[in-house]
Amino acid sequence: MTATDTHRAIDAVWRIESPRLIAGLARIMRDVGIAEDLAQDALVAALEQWPESGVPQNPGAWLMAAAKNRAIDALRRKKRLERKHEELGQELEAGPQAPGDLDAALDDDIGDDLLRLVFIACHPILSTEARAALTLRLLGGLTTDEIARAFLVPEPTIAQRIVRAKRTLTEARVPFAVPRGAELAARLKSVLEVIYLIFNEGYAATAGDDWMRPALCEDALRLGRILAELAPQEPEVHGLVALMEIQASRVGARVGPSGEPVLLLDQDRGRWDHILIRRGLAALERAEKLGGSRGPYALQAAIAACHGRARAAAETDWARIAGLYAELALAAPSPVVELNRAVAVAMASGPLAGLALVDALTGEPSLRDYHLLPSVRGDLLGKLGRFDEARAEFERAASLTRNARERELLLGRAAACARG
Amino acid sequence: MRVMVIVKADKQSEAGTLPDKKILTDIGKINEELVKAGVMPEEKLLADMGKFNEELVKAGIMLAGEGLQPSSKGARVKFSGGKKTVTDGPFAETKELIAGFWLWQVKSMEEAIEWLKRAPFEGTEVEIRQVFELEDFGDNATKEFKEQEERLRTQIAGKR
Repeated sequence: MTATDTHRAIDAVWRIESPRLIAGLARIMRDVGIAEDLAQDALVAALEQWPESGVPQNPGAWLMAAAKNRAIDALRRKKRLERKHEELGQELEAGPQAPGDLDAALDDDIGDDLLRLVFIACHPILSTEARAALTLRLLGGLTTDEIARAFLVPEPTIAQRIVRAKRTLTEARVPFAVPRGAELAARLKSVLEVIYLIFNEGYAATAGDDWMRPALCEDALRLGRILAELAPQEPEVHGLVALMEIQASRVGARVGPSGEPVLLLDQDRGRWDHILIRRGLAALERAEKLGGSRGPYALQAAIAACHGRARAAAETDWARIAGLYAELALAAPSPVVELNRAVAVAMASGPLAGLALVDALTGEPSLRDYHLLPSVRGDLLGKLGRFDEARAEFERAASLTRNARERELLLGRAAACARG
Repeated sequence: MRVMVIVKADKQSEAGTLPDKKILTDIGKINEELVKAGVMPEEKLLADMGKFNEELVKAGIMLAGEGLQPSSKGARVKFSGGKKTVTDGPFAETKELIAGFWLWQVKSMEEAIEWLKRAPFEGTEVEIRQVFELEDFGDNATKEFKEQEERLRTQIAGKR
């Protein structure tokens, strides 16, 4: 094995082991920042020793042992400091912090530790960007450089974001615990939001130049799958996983040969990833069995599933989709959901019924610069043979979109309307 | 990226001996095959492999896993000179046969190797192969090609 090979192997070991390592240490040290520093120290030791000695048979145990030794040193230093600060002879507070209990403490249920780590990385006192960066760093095992490339920001920005986030958590003395009772729902919402944000960051960039961005979809999916194992009783976790699996199944079909976007109904369904669709449907079933069929993520997944199940665009069950959007509009009201409902209603009951719903949205301030509103309206007007109005809407939509490919597409449709 | 982890068949997997304990879950199917493959004592393998599978699921890398029935229940179709000839199993050369597979989602080949090293196999060889993905054909391939072309151009320009 060359030194480069060993470094690559260490990278891989790090990705596999670091979340558990950090989670275990965070409980002992009661500080995520210190825990990560200790884990990083263990990594540095591996980088120094493994190229010489080779990768050990059980690299995870090796890293854990190295980190434990450093944790004990750190606790001893802390103890000495405390002794100096406090009165002589005073005993250090008993409990799991004493170095002797470290082994037992670290071997405790690691799943709980990981779940605590998820909740702390996605804590609402942190900004959404900080939550996403910290989650990818602590739970996804990504390097700062990888995160920076994925979010198209300079590496020092991400490094700073992570340092500041860890400091914020320490200063606020955020407990390393899984929230309970009423707090759990709100905190879980924050976790799901972060994972879905990471997913969408990658999904929106599937045609991008850098492979790191689409890879975010995979990172988010992996985080979602991990969370589904850590909190299997939470229906919305399965709902989110289902939504991401089904959306990810279309990645290969949503961009044409020259990078142009291909709309859902025009996609070659043979290029959909049926393994992911099957996984998504299974996750949705789990969400529904847990009584979560009304949750916003489960509802969005159910809508995605309607498309996933249809072998051809013409087989799509639009009446069911319209019904699901109506439920979603109740669970998570938003003008964008309303616009999607209008599209589904138009497909199920004709363009006139859809147009009535779209027209009701034209005064909505939050949709004023949203290119999809005139785009949908143009589409429905065109179907009704009102080509002049349709052309004006497509042109307006083209002027609003920031995506060059999409603008071309919309101007093309405007031109087609001019021809009748 | 995705990798397929291919577990080879051997005499016992081809004999199709069923294990004492049947595992009914999807993931369990491969365990059954691995027991049939006789790569470890049954009881221990079942427990260890079950634990390993659980780890894979918990880490979010397991996409699918299936065990295959012995080749005596399989068939081959040979395409030659425009003719299609069907041969029923079993097939003799066990080394070329597979007994089961996993499909994993990982970041790198190294990660797949690290995971596989954690599997409780003994006395067998397991193969990891990378699955073709969109980016193998898409933007990145183009980008790489462009960069290569760019380099060539610079080299040629330098020689002038």
